[in-house]
Amino acid sequence: MLDFVIQQPIIAALVALSGLGILFGALLGFAAEKFKIEGDPVIDQIDQLLPQTQCGQCGFPGCRPYAQSIADGDEINKCPPGGQSTINSIASLLDVPAPELDQEHGQEEEVKSVAFIREDECIGCTKCIQACPVDAILGAAKLMHTVIADECTGCDLCVEPCPVDCIDMLPLDVGIKQWQWPSPPLPNGLIASDKTYISLNHEDAA
Amino acid sequence: MAFKQVSSPHAHGAQNTAKVMQLVVWATIPGLIALTWHFGWGSFINVILASITAVVSEALILKMRRRPVGFYLGDYSAVVTAVLLGLALPPLCPWWVVVVGTLFSVVIAKQLFGGLGYNPFNPAMVGYVVVLISFPIEMTTWVAPLALLPDGITHPDFLESLKLVFFSTSPMDGVTGATPLDSFKHAAGLTVDQIYQQDSLFSQAMFAGVGWEWVNLGFLVGGIVLLGSRVFTWHGPVAMLVTLALMSLIFWDSGSSQSPGSPLMHLFSGASMMGAFFILTDPVSSAVSNRGRLIYGALIGILVYIIRAWGNYPDAVAFAILLANFTAPFIDNYTLPRTYGHTDRRKATERLEDK
Amino acid sequence: MRQTWVTPGGVHPPENKLQSLTQPIGSLPIPDKLVVPLGQHIGAPAIACVSVGDKVLKGQKIADPAGTVSAAIHAPTSGIISAIESRPVAHSSGMDALCVEITSDGDDKWIEKSGISDFEHTSAKALLSIITEAGIAGMGGAGFPTAVKLNPGFQRPIDTLIINATECEPYITADDSLIRERAEEIIEGIGILSHILGNPHNILIGIEDNKPEAIEALAPHTQDTGINVVSFPTKYPSGGEKQLIYILTGKELPSGQIPADIGMVCVNIGTTHAIKRAVVDGEPLVSRVTTMTGEACEINRNYDVLIGTPVEHMLEHNNFDAQSCSRVIMGGPMMGFSLTSKQIPIVKTTNCILAPSVEEIPHNEPAQPCIRCGMCAEACPVSLLPQQLLWYSQAEDHERLEAHNLFDCIECGACSYVCPSNIPLVQHYRSSKSDIKKAQEEKVKSTQARERFEFRQQRIELAEKEREAKRAARREAAQQAQASTGTDAMADIIAAAQARAAAKTTSPEQELAKLQRAVSSAEMRVEKAQVKLDAALENAEPTEKINILSAALSGAQQKLEKAKVRFAEHPN
Repeated sequence: MLDFVIQQPIIAALVALSGLGILFGALLGFAAEKFKIEGDPVIDQIDQLLPQTQCGQCGFPGCRPYAQSIADGDEINKCPPGGQSTINSIASLLDVPAPELDQEHGQEEEVKSVAFIREDECIGCTKCIQACPVDAILGAAKLMHTVIADECTGCDLCVEPCPVDCIDMLPLDVGIKQWQWPSPPLPNGLIASDKTYISLNHEDAA
Repeated sequence: MAFKQVSSPHAHGAQNTAKVMQLVVWATIPGLIALTWHFGWGSFINVILASITAVVSEALILKMRRRPVGFYLGDYSAVVTAVLLGLALPPLCPWWVVVVGTLFSVVIAKQLFGGLGYNPFNPAMVGYVVVLISFPIEMTTWVAPLALLPDGITHPDFLESLKLVFFSTSPMDGVTGATPLDSFKHAAGLTVDQIYQQDSLFSQAMFAGVGWEWVNLGFLVGGIVLLGSRVFTWHGPVAMLVTLALMSLIFWDSGSSQSPGSPLMHLFSGASMMGAFFILTDPVSSAVSNRGRLIYGALIGILVYIIRAWGNYPDAVAFAILLANFTAPFIDNYTLPRTYGHTDRRKATERLEDK
Repeated sequence: MRQTWVTPGGVHPPENKLQSLTQPIGSLPIPDKLVVPLGQHIGAPAIACVSVGDKVLKGQKIADPAGTVSAAIHAPTSGIISAIESRPVAHSSGMDALCVEITSDGDDKWIEKSGISDFEHTSAKALLSIITEAGIAGMGGAGFPTAVKLNPGFQRPIDTLIINATECEPYITADDSLIRERAEEIIEGIGILSHILGNPHNILIGIEDNKPEAIEALAPHTQDTGINVVSFPTKYPSGGEKQLIYILTGKELPSGQIPADIGMVCVNIGTTHAIKRAVVDGEPLVSRVTTMTGEACEINRNYDVLIGTPVEHMLEHNNFDAQSCSRVIMGGPMMGFSLTSKQIPIVKTTNCILAPSVEEIPHNEPAQPCIRCGMCAEACPVSLLPQQLLWYSQAEDHERLEAHNLFDCIECGACSYVCPSNIPLVQHYRSSKSDIKKAQEEKVKSTQARERFEFRQQRIELAEKEREAKRAARREAAQQAQASTGTDAMADIIAAAQARAAAKTTSPEQELAKLQRAVSSAEMRVEKAQVKLDAALENAEPTEKINILSAALSGAQQKLEKAKVRFAEHPN
């Protein structure tokens, strides 16, 4: 038997290959059993990366449902509050190319804003309280309401239901404490079409 | 213009990239002189030819990449690559070998990876290896050192050399000879003493090989100048030379017929010194921390010896350095320095959750 | 000679200190208007306690500290508060912040000073409150409120007091000249500090060896006091707190900790002088020694400047030449920041105004690509790999940045100084640090938002479940009723529903009151009907009417009976 196999190189190769196949298959099976991962951590990981504004601009009722949907293969560019940085981090998590933000769902805003209730005009209808996804509005029926600015995610879901239009989205002010150095232009930004940077510096030198 | 927003520090040291690169070019002069003295005008022509090719091709490709040409040419990095490649190529090799090697260095190994600072491999060595593999005959024909030429024959003069480089179709006769490393490679069955006695390359030498010892000394001098002006740290070169010496000492085998040669011969033959001080110190493609550079240098030392002693090629600096380039990012991951206020070194790949 | 240790890295930029040391500390005429920012220290800005139009005397408090980590602000001269508004302040952003403007009356009249001559018999607590009230914050650059630093708490005993007289930045000589001229006051200030900290075992004055006159000036006052003047080779940046601690003690400050955690307190030498003035002379911090230097100014010297003096005032008095000047820097050439306006006032942390000519400090060259030469790593005083940090900073790889200890970077600028490619490394790191901090804050906020959202979801779900449960219970009750009574189930269901409705809407007490009301109102109606019937009988009205009235009466009487019965039936 052995002699036969050795004399037939094709059979020898077949035997060797199928032997290897069985061996590695067994190894893989063992590893899959041994290092099994409980639950579906991908949804959790995606959810961690989403900004948790719960604004529903993606078309899902909150961030987690959208995370679930991404895990099921949905587009990752439907989150305007997270913007490009969120898209990039989800892309790197899922190891897919990062698309640009889908403008259909809204635009990324430069400055974050929070809701503000003009309290004189508030009639105390509690409609905004019911709309707020993170319970950031304080108040009771027939009593004035107010927004807890620190808890507000800026989702603007409370603006629409207000019957007297007394809710504004105000940009958070960038004071001296929030200021930060801008990142310097990258050296490889020195392409011919990007002349402003160089000429500016040459003017300096002149 | 007195009131404007600029990030500190405002003061700046005297060093700049162009100056560093120029210094590297100047530091090759002792080696170039030794090469020219012992092997004729070939190396000089190589250097000039390679430099012209490099500058022209770099300018063209920068134009194609729509980068400011003057700004990037001004850093002299193309010239450094060209000079090093020119020095590494055999003297009086045909002009197209030089041009192909340089084009490969500058265009493919450097610019296509993103230009200066982005190339994972040393451009000069990539170019060298490409022509070494592609044109083995031209690349293994070395001119014999002046001292070993038969009486009455000298190296061709400058014009003659130019003619040879540009118009000769076959490798020149009469003035070629083996290098010391070649001699060891092909002298099977002879003990080191026998080789030394038979081969005039060694018998007429002071300590390593006629001409080669001077070339290596020249590069050593240039390297020490660069070390003194803090262009690089001692870690890489010293690690490489010490490892190479150690390896050849371990396998010296008291000069038997199996011996691949003495430490002194290895240190002062081939491209040892040039590799140690001019090629492996190329910061772009080497490891970044001092500890990393020690490991990187030592790795090159080991590889050089392994390939010289047991490989197919007589010299191995180019291959060793390219192989080590591969490992540089890996070495970097494990050789972060210990930062002030930390008890341990960290790992570059450490993730926040691991803490 | 005490042993000193050598830090890794460091650079040796040209010192340029001699030009400002040719003359003693001078003084400037009082400017017409002084602009005093309310946030001159780390921590919450002070809260103004004066209003526009108020007259103030020199040294009068014009702003109270806001909370623990804060410092009071005082009027630098006598005059009238002419504005409290946002003005450009000393900050790299060049942004505005709240300032108090004082129009000087030229008298420079002090408030009544009340110093303590024997601080040794005053409690540390009392001294600390004097220091807080005098508005003293670290004068070396960071501006940390000194009283907070001097109060590490009993769980952190202090055995080493380090006085930082390093002044390692080029050009600056404010501390040097202060020591030369006022060594005695400084030593007295150190005495006060030592007393507050419970007389620590070691008191070290760290000073670079490029200030031999200052070292000499300290010598006679430190003899037999236990104070050690330790000089060490000049190298930038030896004056960083972490670096100085290592140089003097050989100990490293663990990452993320403060010196008090390892039993040390580090105070700038200018601050000790201010403390002496505050405690012994009763003078709050209203002026400081500032170096005015650089080739774009004709006169280079040190001045005792009132806080709030606009930089313009200083520059004009030293014949500033704006044409030849490359930039005006507050602080030194390594860590100072460029000013965006000449209206910016001198603050408590301003140790130098540097107006270099273009030849001295040229304009920034455009950055070339990093060639990873490693000169930055050689220069880094905390052993980082700046070239790798740059790489990851450009890639915005926050995880790698933290793994490469970005947050241990002290932003000393040594890496940018040596960089042959002119890369603004420090700016990259600053930007990345802010980005990471912002991302962390956002992470915290988003976690919080998620928790709140999930809590709300749970609450809504729970409420929905409760409602559903009730509905189900009712349905079940109806079904049960139907099953038990069979044929006239419908009536039963209605009755049951009515009973449930009644039981649901009213309590027994309300029910009783209602019944009582029903009884009394029925009685009233019976009475009224009786009266009407009697009247009709009396007037001999037609029979039909009398019949109707008597029917109404009997009806009312029946209702009264019913009401009485129901009242009696009620359990109460």
